[in-house]
This record gives sequence, C-alpha cells and structure tokens, in this order.
Amino acid sequence: MSGELPPAKGDSDLRGATPDELRPPPDTLVEVRGLKKYFPIRTGFLGRVTGQVRAVDGVTFWVRRGETLGLVGESGSGKTTTGRTLLRLEEPTGGSARFAGQDIFALGGEELRKLRRRAQIVFQDPYGSLNPRMTVGEALREVLHVHDLARGAAASARVHELLETVGLRREAEARYPHEFSGGQRQRIGIARALSVEPDFIVCDEPVSALDVSVQAQVLNLLADLQERLGLAYLFIAHDLSVVEHISDRIAVMYLGRIVELGDARAVVASPRHPYTKALLSAVPALDRAARRGRIVLGGEIPSPAAPPSGCPFHPRCPHPLKDADCARIAPPLAEKAPGHFAACIKEPAYVPESPP
Amino acid sequence: MRLLEVRDLRTYFRTEAGVARAVDGVSFGVEAGEALGIVGESGSGKSVTSLSIMRLIPEPPGEILAGSSIWLKGEELVGAPETRLREIRGNDVAMIFQEPMTSLNPVFTVGDQIAEAVRLHRKASWKEARARAIELLGLVGIPDPARRVDAYPHELSGGQRQRVMIAIALSCEPDLLIADEPTTALDVTIQAQILELLGALRRRLGMAIVLITHDLGVVAEVCDRVVVMYAGEVMEEGPVEQVFREPRHPYTQGLMASIPRLGQETERLAVIPGIVPSPTAWPTGCRFHTRCPYGWELCVREHPPLFPIGGDRGARCWLETHPERRAAVDRATGGFLGLAGVGAAALGAEGPIALEATPAESWHRRAAGEPGVPAPEATAPDAPARPLAEDPDVERDVER
Ligand SMILES: Nc1ncnc2c1ncn2[C@@H]1O[C@H](COP(=O)(O)OP(=O)(O)OP(=O)(O)O)[C@@H](O)[C@H]1O
Ligand SMILES: Nc1ncnc2c1ncn2[C@@H]1O[C@H](COP(=O)(O)OP(=O)(O)OP(=O)(O)O)[C@@H](O)[C@H]1O
Ligand code: SF4
Ligand SMILES: [Mg+2]
Ligand SMILES: [Mg+2]
Repeated sequence: MSGELPPAKGDSDLRGATPDELRPPPDTLVEVRGLKKYFPIRTGFLGRVTGQVRAVDGVTFWVRRGETLGLVGESGSGKTTTGRTLLRLEEPTGGSARFAGQDIFALGGEELRKLRRRAQIVFQDPYGSLNPRMTVGEALREVLHVHDLARGAAASARVHELLETVGLRREAEARYPHEFSGGQRQRIGIARALSVEPDFIVCDEPVSALDVSVQAQVLNLLADLQERLGLAYLFIAHDLSVVEHISDRIAVMYLGRIVELGDARAVVASPRHPYTKALLSAVPALDRAARRGRIVLGGEIPSPAAPPSGCPFHPRCPHPLKDADCARIAPPLAEKAPGHFAACIKEPAYVPESPP
Repeated sequence: MRLLEVRDLRTYFRTEAGVARAVDGVSFGVEAGEALGIVGESGSGKSVTSLSIMRLIPEPPGEILAGSSIWLKGEELVGAPETRLREIRGNDVAMIFQEPMTSLNPVFTVGDQIAEAVRLHRKASWKEARARAIELLGLVGIPDPARRVDAYPHELSGGQRQRVMIAIALSCEPDLLIADEPTTALDVTIQAQILELLGALRRRLGMAIVLITHDLGVVAEVCDRVVVMYAGEVMEEGPVEQVFREPRHPYTQGLMASIPRLGQETERLAVIPGIVPSPTAWPTGCRFHTRCPYGWELCVREHPPLFPIGGDRGARCWLETHPERRAAVDRATGGFLGLAGVGAAALGAEGPIALEATPAESWHRRAAGEPGVPAPEATAPDAPARPLAEDPDVERDVER
C-alpha cells in the first residue's frame, strides 16, 4: 500500500508535546497511561491461536473530578475495551491506570470491591447485563445490599427514588427486564450504576437506544448529577452532537489508539485529524443540502490484528499532503494547539514561543 | 397491490398491572422498494409493531387482537399457521433486531450462524455457505472477515455484532427488511456505509425497508415516508421531506425540538415534559394531551382520528379542525419548527429567517408555560387558563 504513496515531501511535523510527556492536573481522578489490551484470535475447529487483536494499543488520558471525557471513534476501535479494562473487568496487557491515586491494576479483593463502588459502568448492551430472572426492584436492592448501602424499607425507598430519577414509574420495580422496551432497559442500567453513588461512571453508549426526547432527559439528568455530586464520566457514544453537548473534552479513537484529544468545542469546530474530519462530515443530516461536502472514506477497514505501518489511518486517509512518510512514521499524539492533540504528522505542531 | 399493508393492528399484553395496549390501532402500508421510517419515543410501540409483522410476539402474554390485519403480498399473516410463517421469515421478510446479543447465539461462531441462515433458504453446501458468510461479513465492514468468521459473538464489539445481525438478515435477500434500530451501535462513517449498502439492495433487488430508529437524520437520509408513533398509535404520517420541513403534530414538533445539534451551545436540551404514559392506562381523549403545550378541554374528552392533511399526509390532532388555534400555534412557533428553521441553522448553512429564540427554545418555553411566546389561547374563546402539561393533577396522573 505504501508503494502507491508519493515520495516524502519533507513537510512532516514531529514536534509538539504528547499527553505521555505531560503531568496530569492535580484534581485528576482517573489517569490512564499507555494502556494496552490484546485478545487472542482463535481460528478453525481446533481453536488454534493464530494472531492477536490489538483492541487497545497504548492509550493515555486522564479524567478530572467532575469532568466528562467523551470517547468516540470507529466501531471496533477499542472504546468499550478501554472502559472495561480500566475498571478491571478485563485484565490489561500493558500500561497503568490510577483511580484517585491508587494503582487499579494492583488492587486486591477487598480494595477492588471498594473501587467497584466508586467507579461504575453502564453497559452498552442493556439486555445482556441485566439478570432476566430478577425483577428490576430485586436487582437494584441486591446492589444496595452487596455494598451495604441500604436494607429493608430504606432500600425500597431508595429504589423508588432511583427509578424516578431515570424517568421510570415506581411500578417498574415489579417487572422483569424483558417486559421493557429497549430504551427503558437502558435507563434501568443507568439507575443501577447510580445506586451506589459512585464518583466515576464509564457510560458505554448510555443513550444510543433512546429516542431524542428521553435521550435529552437522560443527558440533562447526567449533567444535573454531575453538578450536584461532582461525578466524572467517561462517556462513550457515536452521536457526535450528543458527545459534544455533554463533554468537556473529547478523545477520538481509531484502531486501538487515540488520534485526537482536546476541548470538545475545539475538536468539533476545528478538528485536526483527518479521521475526525471525516467523522464529523458523515453525521446524518435532516437537510439534504447539508449532505454535500461529505468525506467518504474509501479503502478497506484495516484489521486490529495487523494494523497498517506508520499511521494506522494512512490507507484510507484523504489528507492532501499524504506521502510516503505516513506509511513509515508512527505519528505521535502531538499538541497542535494549546491542549489540543492530534496524531497526524501533516498537521503543523504547536510549539510555545519560549519553552520554559 | 402494496407489498405490506398493516390495518388496525392491535397487540396487547397481559401484565400484572393490567392489559398493556402496546400497539393500539396502527395502520400503514409499504410499497415494493419503498423505505418507511417509524419514529417515536421509547415505549411508543415501535418494536412491538415490527415483531407483530414478523408474528414473533410471545403469545401469551401477548396477543394480536381479532380485527387486526397484516397483508404481505396479499397474504394475511394474522392467523397464518406457524409452518407458513417460518417460510415467510427469512425468505420474504427478514428482521434486524434491536438488541443483537439477544438474537445471536452465544455458543456458535458468527460464521456458523450466518452460514446457517444462508442454508435455510437456499441450497448450498457448508463450504459455499461459509464462503458466503465471509463475503457478507466483508460487505458489512468487518475487518479481516476470513479470520473473524470464527469469532464468537462476545469476541466482537457492539457495532460488529450489530453488523453480524445485518449480514444474517441480508443473507436471504428478502423482499421486505424490517430493521429495528439497526445502526445505533455504529459510528457515523460505518453507519453511512451500511445505509449505502441497504440503498444498493433497494435499487438492485427492489427490497423494501421498514426502518425503526430514533435518529431523525437517518430517517431523512434513507426513507421516503415516515410514521410518527406515540402511545401505541400513529400520530402523524407523510412524506419525510414534508413532515420534517413542516411537522404538524405537536408531538412531532417536540421530537424535532429535542435533537441536540452539532456546534450549538446549549446548557440544557429541550425535552417534551413528562414521560410516555403507561400502556395499561393511556390517557383519555388525545393520548398526548397530558404533555401537549397546546391542548384544551376537547383534547381531554375526545379521541382525535388521524385527519388527512392534503395528499398523503395525516395528523392525529384536534388542531387540524380548529384553524384559529392552528394559526396561533404556527405564529407562536414561527411556523417553522421543522427543518426549514432548525436544520439549516444547525448545520452551518444559512437559515432562511433570523430568529430571536431558536424554534426549539420557543417550543421548550411554550411547553414549560413560560411567557415570551404568544399563547394560542389569546385568540381562542374557549381556551384553558394554562397548558395542560403544567396542570399538576394531570402531571401526577402521568408520572405515577
Ligand atoms: N413482553 C411484554 N410484556 C409486557 N409489556 C411489554 C412487553 N413487550 C413490550 N411491552 C410494553 O409495550 C410498550 C411498547 O414497547 P416497544 O418495545 O414496542 O417500544 P419501542 O417503541 O420499541 O421503544 P424503544 O424505542 O425503547 O425500543 C412498552 O411500554 C413495553 O413496556
Ligand atoms: N473478548 C474478545 N475477544 C477477541 N476480540 C475482542 C474481544 N472483545 C473485543 N474484541 C475486539 O477488539 C476490538 C475492539 O472492540 P471494542 O468492543 O472495544 O470496540 P468499540 O470501540 O467499543 O466498538 P463499538 O463501537 O462497535 O462498540 C474489536 O475488533 C473486537 O472485535
Ligand atoms: S392539541 Fe390536543 S389533539 Fe393536538 S396533540 Fe395537543 S392535546 Fe392532542
Ligand atoms: Mg463498544
Ligand atoms: Mg424498540
């Protein structure tokens, strides 16, 4: 593939600080560095391991207290795996993760249980994550028991309060998961995460099964809770307008890596990475006129088992300055404007006038 | 003859709280090669409608009531024997389910599951079926399909599982594809690729699509016509372009006002106040009256029919027969709650008219009963003192 690229034009910019080199701000709650998670690929009837999926391949980011970091990116780029691994629902292949200064990957049984209370997840697949044989009330009460938060009448009152918080009727407590619509089930998942009053929630597509009106209610609810309780979110979603709306900063993933990271408004208004640009241009529009100017990505979707050399996006990248360097150099996630990082060597770096 | 004709469909469930009238008198039709969108809030009956068409409602506790009709290519499916239904599913009609994990079998590889579907309706050896499975996985954008064909569902990402479901549904090249939220787990570039694929199949095979989604943008891009559902009923229907440009039903207007838009700074999103009422106790009269900012006493009392509005549009709202109120609402909202006002502005193109408040804000304020928007009551003699959605008694009815 690299053979087709024009020779290097000599304008590649490798400067700019990367998050790996930076110290996180003092109010950081969750800090992830160089996180990796590989899965074995098994093939054929014998299930021989024939390769590895590099689902997450060295990501670094942090989430401050009370902050929302939006995580977007191609389907299969490693968003869910990032969230699950940093909560120890998967064992990491490499890297580190800290929660309030504690090394998450070193925690033992009792400490891990405590972490589970302070750091929650709302799963992408609401049905698969609810026990079909438990009513909603039983499931919520169980969580309250496990974490020793409330029993008896107090637990019942809390269950009612939680259901109301997510916009469900009290009667919902006596019903089983299959008796709800898809969107209603997703709200049950949110109620369950909220039940333990966590400090941090990984929200994996918490609103994608919701219609626009309920979605707005849930987003407003998440924002209210954040304001009231100082919650921090890692918010995974596909709907860019939703992510922009709720996030302080946005990280964009492609093939197991973060390719852009910055202030939410800046990422949407002036994206620096060509993948982010393509993503923003593909948002379905109500208006036919707005569909002009869409960047359609060509080329094969590369496999995370055999990522392309150099820049993982280069086989599909529409950047006008793309050249042989792109197939050769792995682009660092470098600062392109203050606090705005992108992994593209064809975008000029931000270099402060007089380095301290 | 239309490909699909649904008439007066009623699907009820027996629950502990009473009979849930999940789908309650729904009618619509789909021509061959046409794409129909179904939108509406969570719990409005979209999935139950589509499951009813597939005759996949668990009976009991569910029941499709006598008097309901579902004609597929002229054949009545209500009351058809299970053997016949099995032939129809997977040959004439295929369905993409809302939650892929519930319909994929966790103990078989995705390749086996697609190959199984291929073999169900076409003579093919396992080898051929497997080759077709790999081809289909590639078509839906799964990287490295020759290897991932041996993956189990839990080894795939959410969006990849959803695409496996799409591959299974397309494996039989159906006349009608019912797709329930088929792209919710996909990023927009892959979503565009999938929608493109569906479009190509429509053109090549004349496949018709019933697309259920909450993404009005997707409906605008893919569908010819749209049905807006609320509380088990069709509230508005018509050609997509017209309905989104000029939504007539207050509910459709509310839906359009709740969409967050890229590049637009808002602290809070407009919402339709209150929640969808319980299917065991729909409100009297207009089922939307408990949340509607424009309702009056007639709406509480009488159930409105689906009024035809010119050509092939319809709206189930009493405003249609009260032109003076209609005019007041149009004045209050600027008359362009739809695409004409919001869509263009949201997308950076120049909107046709400069607004003081965005239509979404004005709808929101109106719904909250705030001043600043001329009240339609001002011109109507028999108006209520305040919008019903604000009435604390009505609100309690709905929420508790
Ligand atoms: N098996 C069942 N038993 C009892 N009630 C049910 C059952 N299935 C669905 N319902 C009820 O029927 C109503 C309509 O559900 P449906 O799944 O059609 O909603 P929907 O419009 O698809 O919503 P969503 O957008 O959340 O998927 C809901 O109130 C739901 O609780
Ligand atoms: N248990 C597993 N075994 C093998 N591969 C896996 C496993 N879980 C995930 N993968 C692979 O890892 C990659 C990343 O998956 P992940 O679920 O993190 O993606 P995602 O970004 O959340 O995608 P989506 O938006 O579709 O949910 C995918 O290629 C997926 O197939
Ligand atoms: S105006 Fe009346 S009939 Fe029309 S939607 Fe509102 S409550 Fe229903
Ligand atoms: Mg995921
Ligand atoms: Mg549904």
